[in-house]
Amino acid sequence: MTSQTTLLDPTAELMPVERQLLPRLSELAGATIGLLDISKPRGKEFLDEIEKHLLKLGARVKRYTKPTFARVAPTELSQQISVECDAVIEGLAD
Amino acid sequence: MLASQLDNNLTVYVQDDPTFPASISHRIDDTSLEFSYRNAIEIVPTLIRLKNDSENESRIFGWDKQQWQEFTGIENLGAELIDFKPGCGSKTQDPGMDELLALKYGNQQFSARRVDLAESEDIMEACFERGWSDGLPVVPPTTVRVMRMLSGTDRNADEMLGNIPPDNIPCTIEKLAINAVMAGCKPEYFPVVIASVEAALQDRFCMHGLLCTTYFSAPVMVINGPVSKQIGMNSGVNALGQGNRANATIGRALQLVVRNVGGGIPGGIDRATMGNPGKYSYCFAEDESDSNWNSLAMDRGYERGDSVISLFAGGGLQAIIDQQSREPESLAKSMAASLRGVAHTKLFGMVDAILVISPEHRRVYREGGWSKADVKQALYEELMTPGTELVRGANDIAEGMPEKFRDIVLNKFQEDGLHIVSAGGTAGMFSAIIDGWAASGSLGSQIVSQKIL
Repeated sequence: MTSQTTLLDPTAELMPVERQLLPRLSELAGATIGLLDISKPRGKEFLDEIEKHLLKLGARVKRYTKPTFARVAPTELSQQISVECDAVIEGLAD
Repeated sequence: MLASQLDNNLTVYVQDDPTFPASISHRIDDTSLEFSYRNAIEIVPTLIRLKNDSENESRIFGWDKQQWQEFTGIENLGAELIDFKPGCGSKTQDPGMDELLALKYGNQQFSARRVDLAESEDIMEACFERGWSDGLPVVPPTTVRVMRMLSGTDRNADEMLGNIPPDNIPCTIEKLAINAVMAGCKPEYFPVVIASVEAALQDRFCMHGLLCTTYFSAPVMVINGPVSKQIGMNSGVNALGQGNRANATIGRALQLVVRNVGGGIPGGIDRATMGNPGKYSYCFAEDESDSNWNSLAMDRGYERGDSVISLFAGGGLQAIIDQQSREPESLAKSMAASLRGVAHTKLFGMVDAILVISPEHRRVYREGGWSKADVKQALYEELMTPGTELVRGANDIAEGMPEKFRDIVLNKFQEDGLHIVSAGGTAGMFSAIIDGWAASGSLGSQIVSQKIL
């Protein structure tokens, strides 16, 4: 695409134009939180610490790993997380 | 010669090659077409004499030697040239150009919020991600497309049509045009789309309740009159199916308006237990080829020459097979038997219906000398039923009419609750029933019609 595209809003314009975040979880107790290691160094240590805190708050935790940080997560992995978890935390950067 | 005689008083605006004609010094590059658009140039060349104190601006078009000589007062102007050439269409008249120029230089201002997409965004995906779609791809509502849609009506873009349920949000012609673009409508369909919204907003249609209901129903549109042929709608083979752009997109436009403007989102305010596939679009034209058979619009008080849209709160399609009846009496009994199945065979006076009669079944009535009124009367009589057969518990079925109806003879349909429409291909002794909303009638939804202007 070389030029910017402008569309006219078909809605009632009650929401901001910017795409909205999904609703946040109201509480962690009983929720299943995915921890996604993107395969950068020390990601595991960081997420281990997060897991301890989440467990203390009553959440369930499931761990996932991306094959490589250089690419977006495989579709199968994204789908698996979306089916199994209420929210996901990614360990970005090293 | 013209330039030399008029000296500095001649200015030439050039739409294509700004270096032509090289012999004239007062040349202005109008490849942007701004001057041509603002001055409503339709033919090149157009020679304009600007107004002075004594006279108004005047124009001549093309090349007519005598006319140019008289207009300029130069007797031997172009003496060596041929007498007449009609000129060419201005580039401002190229297909699609008018809307582009109107956007750049015209007075059209849009009220709707502009949504600028990031360069990396796929336009089609962007529409999905913003929640504007019914699940199928929408045509991205660019300003030029909306401008073209608005050219399909004489009504002003800022005219208010009414409040769209369920959120009761005011809807302008412009907002409707945006959604009609997304539905895939052509500008020539737009008057029908406007009429569909006006019909849906009639109080007796009860669009709000229809959107909210757990029942299957949604607006079903029937188009009558000359407009259906003018915009190429299908009333014949597969009339209630896929494949015709007008049928598919006009019904969809109303659904998108209810979704996007009204906020009627499935799972939100739209609480349908199952819904029905017609909630994408449910729109067809009536077959009016038989001048002895009244159309739905005529039943509703309009003339045959009127273009009319009728909206019915309806759902799925139930087939009626009758390949054996050759007499109208038999066929009417057959259809009545099937009509008993609307919603439930033991629920009477509750759910309206449209009976869609195919050409082959219509032939049986015609050859038997029956009019549409005769068919309606026969169906009415066949559908009278003693309450004893219908009350709760009768025939060992708990569902049914309340006990108070036991000693009353009931009709399957309330007054003005059964509507008859002709449609379908010429082969097949099949007709169809479109069943209505469980809340049919004056306390719920009643069929509405709106003239298409």
